[in-house]
Amino acid sequence: MWSDLFLLPFLTGLCLALVLPVLGCFLRLRDEWLAALAYAHVAAAGALLALVGGLVPVFGGMAAAALAGAGKRLFARRLAGGAAFALLLLAGWAVAVLLAANQPLAEQLGHSLFDGQLYFSGASQLALVLPWAIFAAVVLRLLARQLLLARVYPDYLKARQMRAWPVILGFDLVAALTLALATMSMGVMGGFALVFVPAWVAFRRASTWRNGVLLAVAIGLVGYVAAFALALGLDQPFGPVLALLLIAVGLIIA
Amino acid sequence: MSQILIRAQALVAGWSQPATAPLDFVLESGRILGLTGANGVGKSTFLAALAGRARIFSGVLEQRPGLRLALQTQDVPPVAGLPLSGRELLALTGATTDGLPPWLVGLLDERLDLLSGGQRHYLGLWAILRAPADLVLLDEPTNNLDAAGVAHLAGALRALAGTGVGLVVVSHDHEFVEAVCDQVITLREVVDVV
Repeated sequence: MWSDLFLLPFLTGLCLALVLPVLGCFLRLRDEWLAALAYAHVAAAGALLALVGGLVPVFGGMAAAALAGAGKRLFARRLAGGAAFALLLLAGWAVAVLLAANQPLAEQLGHSLFDGQLYFSGASQLALVLPWAIFAAVVLRLLARQLLLARVYPDYLKARQMRAWPVILGFDLVAALTLALATMSMGVMGGFALVFVPAWVAFRRASTWRNGVLLAVAIGLVGYVAAFALALGLDQPFGPVLALLLIAVGLIIA
Repeated sequence: MSQILIRAQALVAGWSQPATAPLDFVLESGRILGLTGANGVGKSTFLAALAGRARIFSGVLEQRPGLRLALQTQDVPPVAGLPLSGRELLALTGATTDGLPPWLVGLLDERLDLLSGGQRHYLGLWAILRAPADLVLLDEPTNNLDAAGVAHLAGALRALAGTGVGLVVVSHDHEFVEAVCDQVITLREVVDVV
């Protein structure tokens, strides 16, 4: 019974709890932590649009987030300084709220996405999240050196006549799609909490990049397992419990 | 046997408009070229043009095919708030720790933003200096270095040139440039080759 109801959501969230803190480290490295909120809101809007249009919500969310991740490059010059992410966040939020307010079909899913109810995840969700989390972890590992070089030696790649844009585009897509899946599984703020807090603590406390990534994963993992058990035991929505736990852990460690 | 790494003929560089007098030089492998001169004559702009960052307005710049460049700018790597150690910084560019000054070896596993400005500068410089490259471009490498650091850097540059790597060193420190470089160009309104 327990496994039928809760094992699949637990495993789905576990995959995300392992990969989101790593993604958070790279987003923080690039000063793009706001991207996590932006992609999450765009994914929520995409999922609701898909639902209203008679399509599968999770694919709508992923498509919208991927479009946002790839499309922001087109307006990079006009939207420097994080403006792209702020505008995406506002647009995603506005579309999602309007859809939820005007479409009965969208209202329930909208509440679920913004409340962060992980327990609705099933086998189909896990079948998407598990391989994607492994893929994202591998891609982030492969891109790590170039992403770090782009931060500390921005001229290095150009001087070596290496093109930076495939690395950045690849990272943007991985970030957008991972956040989309996280939003579909644990809600907008649940995913954002796992991206932001562990990386924030790791950047303050770790002595090396490697230790920082490991610390972020450890915080995400412990926070996730504790939040899952606590939310279940107290019969509370998962997302807010996770966010409060991570904030408490973050303030203590940082 | 030395090879020509880079050749400039009447090269005029700048960012949005021409900012330098024409420059001619040839640099062979294992040689160190110094560019010196007063502030504002375009030393750093020339270096940026050699690295493909600044624009070449006229003249010719020829590079050996497949030339691997490494560029150190005056910008300090932005490591504030970043959990990155000196060892990891060197690993990013593939730089070896061999020959690193003894006073830095013990700090390699420290977080970079906890080091002094001089220590951080030298590690950042070393990451470029000892990266696998055929031509190393250094912009004011003696900035932030104390006398021991400058002396160690001079030895490191000569040792690197001894392995066949070519170097271009931009510096306002005439004494350092004269002591280390095989050829020196003093940039003025009219370019003189010494």
